[in-house]
Amino acid sequence: MRVRLNQLKRQIIAATTATKEGHIPSAFSILDIVWVLYDGVMRFNPHDPKSDDRDRFILSKGHGSLAVYAVLAEKGFFPAEELARFSTLESRLGGHPDHNKVPGIEASTGSLGHGLPFGVGVAMALRIRKVDRRVFVIVGDAECNEGSIWEAALLAAHHKLSNLTCIVDYNHSTDRALNMGDMAAKFAAFGWAATTINGHDHAAIATALLARDPQKPTAIIAETIKGHGVKQMENNPAWHHRSPSKDELEAMFQELA
Amino acid sequence: MRKQFVRTTEDVMAKDERLVVLLGDIGVFGFRSAFEQFPARIYNIGICEQAMTSLAAGLSKEGLVPVVHSIAPFVVERCFEQIKVDFCYQKLGGNIVSVGGSYDYAALGCTHHCPGDVAILRTLPGMEIVVPGTPQEYDQLFRAAYADGQPTYFRLSERKNPQSFDVQFGRASILKQGRLATVVAVGTALAPALAATQDLDVSVLYYTTVAPFDAETLRQNCASRKVVLVEPYYQGVLMQDIVAALAPASVQITTIGVPHRFLTDYGHQEQHDEALGLTPSGVRARIEQLIHAK
Repeated sequence: MRVRLNQLKRQIIAATTATKEGHIPSAFSILDIVWVLYDGVMRFNPHDPKSDDRDRFILSKGHGSLAVYAVLAEKGFFPAEELARFSTLESRLGGHPDHNKVPGIEASTGSLGHGLPFGVGVAMALRIRKVDRRVFVIVGDAECNEGSIWEAALLAAHHKLSNLTCIVDYNHSTDRALNMGDMAAKFAAFGWAATTINGHDHAAIATALLARDPQKPTAIIAETIKGHGVKQMENNPAWHHRSPSKDELEAMFQELA
Repeated sequence: MRKQFVRTTEDVMAKDERLVVLLGDIGVFGFRSAFEQFPARIYNIGICEQAMTSLAAGLSKEGLVPVVHSIAPFVVERCFEQIKVDFCYQKLGGNIVSVGGSYDYAALGCTHHCPGDVAILRTLPGMEIVVPGTPQEYDQLFRAAYADGQPTYFRLSERKNPQSFDVQFGRASILKQGRLATVVAVGTALAPALAATQDLDVSVLYYTTVAPFDAETLRQNCASRKVVLVEPYYQGVLMQDIVAALAPASVQITTIGVPHRFLTDYGHQEQHDEALGLTPSGVRARIEQLIHAK
């Protein structure tokens, strides 16, 4: 499994070299979670991506799009070759995902604080329409600075949206600006079933994602490392939105061999 | 118009199972019958307009037709980016129904005024903007546009014109044809405009849809190349549509509407009308100025 994920990480790094665009560390922070979602938790059909009988995944922190693109390509939603054209003029894979362009993308995100309330609407709609499928949303810890996240947290708990799971990518990138403290306690106080896990431990991720409270929405606080797997990127803000040079690329590929 | 909003919504809810209503903690008593009849499709969301708007877009993504409702400054300006990103950019249909535009709630002060709603929504590609002049017109326009797959803003007012017209979504109504100037009147601004022009040899075009703008009707009814634009919100919002509609010909335009400043006095809306010249006599004076201008 690690070999396969390292292969995806190499694809993600390579994708940023065409236009020197892309948030690599943000993608590596969530890659394990996205992988586990699509490799055993969610129901989906890459050949019928709008089938009603699918679980919905929303990347609220849209700048982590490369992780989702890499996994969607690996799962057959579109050819992996498209990653090489990431963020070029003619590509449908942009710096932030567009649901009108990319099969498998449920919401066009980028501006922070939109995806979770949007996901609350999707979860509510599924209940109204009596479709028994689940909604998974990944938010960033810095994104949780936004008030709209907590408006959505109130609404999801009040309306008992047990079909909604929010995964917080707690890589602590916001600690320097606005420390979010005990996120599990915060979500629990808002009325969610909340748990904290190691966001790079596949077994722990799967267990947490498969759990479902009968009355409450579920919050999974995933302790993660921004840039996970590439030592010089890990928790290094300089890499937040940067593409490697040729030499750096070779070194990273060796590390991820 | 608020009562008509309830009547129309409840009737459409009964006929169209896709319609879902989200209230920003206003109008809840008015909708008590809907809460009893359709408990799964009407919610008092509370006072969180940003999440309410994104949530509504999520409903739309799943094939439902949302209606969100609150007072204009909160359901437009507070959550403008949610309207932009979650409805317009994502190409999702839905309906935003406001009350209390401009200074309908004059006595509540500037936090509750909203003369800027149409101007800012006009900047959003794909946004439809509807400004009915009477309850009956609202009913016609809502039924025509609520499920057209576009985000649509319905601007309800606490006032209404004395007479309803058989309006069509996206089309201006030609109420009067004359030679000296063309009056373009929007929504509830029609009342002073019609009263002002009773004995004037001018055309009066009545717009209840602001976006998309019906350029063709204006082109066919503006031989004078003199336009008096009478709007119930910040003045001059439709100026660029008018110039574009008549281009390359030059046109003289007088704009009448709410001036671009905070109205820090309280009182009643009629008192503000008087102070701002948004009365039949005030409008008449401005029209005559333009007619006699060289």
